[in-house]
Amino acid sequence: MGTAAHGSNSNVNYLNEFKGIKSWLLSLDHKRIGLMYMISILTFFFVGGIMALLIRYELFAPGKQLLSPDQYNQVMTYHGAMMVFMVIVPGIPAILGNFFLPLQIGAADVAFPKLNLASWYVFMFGAAIAISTFFSTKVDTGWTFYTPYSIKTGTAVVAMVLAAFVMGMSSILTGLNFIVTVHKLRAPGMTMFKVPLFVWAIYSTAILQVIATPVLAITLLLLAAERLFGVGVFDPALGGDPVLFQHFFWFYSHPAVYIMILPAMGIVSELISAFSHKVIFGYKAIAYSSLGIAAVSFIVWGHHMFVSGQSEIAGVLFSFLTMLVGVPTAIKMFNWLATLYRGSVTFYSPMLYALGFLFLFAIGGVTGIMLASMGVDVHFHDTYFVVAHFHYVMVGGTLMALMGGFYYWFPKMFGKMVDDRLARMTFVLIFIGFNVTFFPQFILGAMGMPRRYFDYIAPYESLNKISTMGSWLIASGFLLSLYAMIKALKSGEKAPSNPWGAKTLEWQTSSPPPHFNFDKKPTVTGGPYDY
Amino acid sequence: MSQHHVIPFKTYMKVAAALVALTFLTVICHELHLGPLAGPVAFLIAAVKAALVLLYFMHLKYDNMQNRVIFGSGLIFLLLLIGFSALDIWTRVQSMSTL
Ligand SMILES: [Cu+2]
Repeated sequence: MGTAAHGSNSNVNYLNEFKGIKSWLLSLDHKRIGLMYMISILTFFFVGGIMALLIRYELFAPGKQLLSPDQYNQVMTYHGAMMVFMVIVPGIPAILGNFFLPLQIGAADVAFPKLNLASWYVFMFGAAIAISTFFSTKVDTGWTFYTPYSIKTGTAVVAMVLAAFVMGMSSILTGLNFIVTVHKLRAPGMTMFKVPLFVWAIYSTAILQVIATPVLAITLLLLAAERLFGVGVFDPALGGDPVLFQHFFWFYSHPAVYIMILPAMGIVSELISAFSHKVIFGYKAIAYSSLGIAAVSFIVWGHHMFVSGQSEIAGVLFSFLTMLVGVPTAIKMFNWLATLYRGSVTFYSPMLYALGFLFLFAIGGVTGIMLASMGVDVHFHDTYFVVAHFHYVMVGGTLMALMGGFYYWFPKMFGKMVDDRLARMTFVLIFIGFNVTFFPQFILGAMGMPRRYFDYIAPYESLNKISTMGSWLIASGFLLSLYAMIKALKSGEKAPSNPWGAKTLEWQTSSPPPHFNFDKKPTVTGGPYDY
Repeated sequence: MSQHHVIPFKTYMKVAAALVALTFLTVICHELHLGPLAGPVAFLIAAVKAALVLLYFMHLKYDNMQNRVIFGSGLIFLLLLIGFSALDIWTRVQSMSTL
């Protein structure tokens, strides 16, 4: 494996060129900012993961195990809010997008490096506000802040909403930066149809971030205004409409699902092509389907509100429109499968994660179509079926791809190889653990077990026990990953510039790359997957 | 690159004055208690103010077509948001709705 290195042979790289904490906190280098995002987001992921384990432990058996009902509501709220706003929404764009978008288009940095650093500070400021609420009156609304409860509860809703507002600001700044970078900084010869598909995915995501996030900001401000000044937008007693909150909230939060999953799809495109050693099947179809998903995602939000009291006509319309999402998604699926066909497939850990993604995301997607049919959703709404569905999409989709991306790009980021035997073991643990945790929840949901409840009745016990044990498997898989990566940093083999024999530009510079990415500005003649 | 149009300081001051005046107008209209017209009138004044900010402070008046189109596409999403939400509220059958 491995092709000749075109990068520099000197040992000066972005990691060791400057030293000291200030050289990190004030760095304008997109790679260092990506790593700062990585450390913060992985920390939040660790905390959010502990909350998940607490939730599962509490549900190990009927009755109280560890948490009181109020504490359970709080832990569930913080698990959801942290995992959504602080891990999965920023995750892939801010870490891997920051690091590899400029590298993949042959640029020295993003278009606005200072704005890039600023968005990290804004993000951390928002995160600090969110965490601070944990030490005052803990929020217990769930991550969706539904009215009228969020107006009435005596907890720190305003602070939490402000935190999401500030982190949304960071998300907008990052998206803006990436859009301009893709338009203005591509290497000579790299037309829009020669950029890697990860770049297309990040680009589509950036458009969503810029267009959808302001609506979340306005919604959350209205909620704060209602709580602080009694403005009657959502409270029926003041002439408001509580379902209006759900409209506004899901206008952002459904596209946000694609802010979470589109970058993951971009990673999967890279991995499938690289480890099949074959040009991606249907490049343009995959690129356009990213834009298609982004566009359709704006007209489907009412599928979260079938039983909210929304009108039947709106419900039928949203049900129909939601089915449309299946089209561009299936286009991607079939193109990935067609890429595998007759490729010379190698099963290194990143590829295992990519294949895991295909399998789990297919289940997440198809159950999504089930829930999109209004008649079915009336029964499944607010049951564990929905919980299982979106964890198959968010964890089985986004987190699987994120892990695959980490293992794929780790040699480039740190110049060290991960022990792939260990890495494959992490995949086995996480993949099996994930299915053991969440597949039973489909059955529990079909049996009628409601979500978000602290307690349940005896018939649900055995499946809940299995689910909780699965969560321990997932946790051990992530811990093993942490160990494998720390071990690689300490004593890993030195990585060549292109360990996987991939064709995109980031593999043409040394591992780790120099401060400005390329010693000589690359000129592009062929496509990103010319195997 | 594109020619940078410099807007005279005086124009900025005039626009700012107009914004303040419109704010007073909003207050006055509120005091008049226009009944069902109160909402539309307030929104109309707000839209005029937003347009002034966009055209002058954000330079859209002097910008090229591409940027105007990109800005306009943002309005489409606003229409989607308001359109679908209004559709829901207008088509609810009150006798059957849980709301
Ligand atoms: Cu949705």
